[in-house]
Amino acid sequence: MCLSIPSRVVEVKEDKTALVDTMGVRRVISLELLSEDVKENDWVLVHVGFAIEKLDEEEALKTLELFEDILRMEEHEN
Amino acid sequence: MRTEQVDLRGEFRDSKRVKALEIKIKEAVERMGDVVHIMEFCGGHTHAIMKYGIDDLLKGYVRFVHGPGCPVCVMPMQRVDLALEMARLPNTILCTYGDLLRVPGSGGKSLLKLRAEGYDIRGVYSCLDSIKIASENPKKNLIFFAIGFETTTPQTAVLLLNAKRMGIKNLFVVSNHVITPAAIQHILNSPEMRQIGSVRIDAFIGPGHVSVIIGTRPYEYFAEEFQKPVVISGFEPVDILQSVYMIVMQTIRKEAKVENQYTRFVSYEGNHKAQRLVSEVFELRKEFEWRGLGTVPYSALKIKKEYKEMDAEEIFKISLSKPKEHPSCICGKVIRGVALPTDCKLFGNVCTPSNPIGSCMVSSEGACAAYFKYKKL
Repeated sequence: MCLSIPSRVVEVKEDKTALVDTMGVRRVISLELLSEDVKENDWVLVHVGFAIEKLDEEEALKTLELFEDILRMEEHEN
Repeated sequence: MRTEQVDLRGEFRDSKRVKALEIKIKEAVERMGDVVHIMEFCGGHTHAIMKYGIDDLLKGYVRFVHGPGCPVCVMPMQRVDLALEMARLPNTILCTYGDLLRVPGSGGKSLLKLRAEGYDIRGVYSCLDSIKIASENPKKNLIFFAIGFETTTPQTAVLLLNAKRMGIKNLFVVSNHVITPAAIQHILNSPEMRQIGSVRIDAFIGPGHVSVIIGTRPYEYFAEEFQKPVVISGFEPVDILQSVYMIVMQTIRKEAKVENQYTRFVSYEGNHKAQRLVSEVFELRKEFEWRGLGTVPYSALKIKKEYKEMDAEEIFKISLSKPKEHPSCICGKVIRGVALPTDCKLFGNVCTPSNPIGSCMVSSEGACAAYFKYKKL
């Protein structure tokens, strides 16, 4: 129930909905809980038929960098 | 211009990263000299930890205490009985999320069994599907039995607002929406936590998708008041291991703060639009009964009186007899983290995912279902 799946936007429709691709499965979801616009190829987090947030790709890459930092920091400490 | 979006999931499942984090965590815990006890609140995390074998990977270093973050697990039997009685009302279609259909009520009867008797009970993927079903069946009453934590509440708010705007008169909602911070506080205040040696929780892995909606701010109180680190985590193996590492480092530094590992979806403030829609339609219940936790003050939401013509609990007054729990089921203890699924004598023999006795065996987030699926017992 709290499992949401990152999905790719295939097509934004006019009635506040979008066609998304969730691991190969396509379905129409509601965009009514998003305050920002989405466009084709954006990634959104889909939960029970609604996009609840847009992926912040920059932050995703930062998280991976943070990981690299952890390793570097530790090496430095050692 | 980029046409192919990078699929970041691969990065968060990378085996080299997993291995490196495993080594770092173990080194840090060894330096500390004590096993770290971490409660993952969310059932989604419980399943991810089991699925990727993270509990076995860190055995002897980190002990995971499974939390109550599974909406159908925490639903008391009386609410399941209420769903059954609502479905039995004449001229009614009852819609709910699929997870609830198999949860047994008093006497072992589930919505699925009731449907086999001929009652019109439907599992929906999106709550908005019930608007379509109500429009197609204008002579019937449609009751949407809404369940879930903060991740499903805004959707129910949209359902109520849209149905009202569209002038749909035959759609009603039962709100069973529950609130995560209230449950965490209740666990931290429980006698088992206070009694030393009963249950030990050093830190929390905070729920990822609940936090998409509410943000990381609501956890600041627990971190400070109870001096427990909270790290909001994603659901991939690298996410969880990175969160564990962040917790271990806080413990070593004797810190207790809220950190956010899942920044690609979670912000400090959360989803404002979703929060605004929820507050338009819902208000706090003074108290709500949870399975395992008992009565928890201000832990659930009811529909505001401005929308009472759609509140099924206001419209259809139903009196229920005392619920009858299965005498041997220990779901309540599993939900509180004081017992493991394998401590239950029904586990895996009488109670299985295809024939669940307790709610923890039903859901894809329940701890018993996770143990049954991944532990190969």
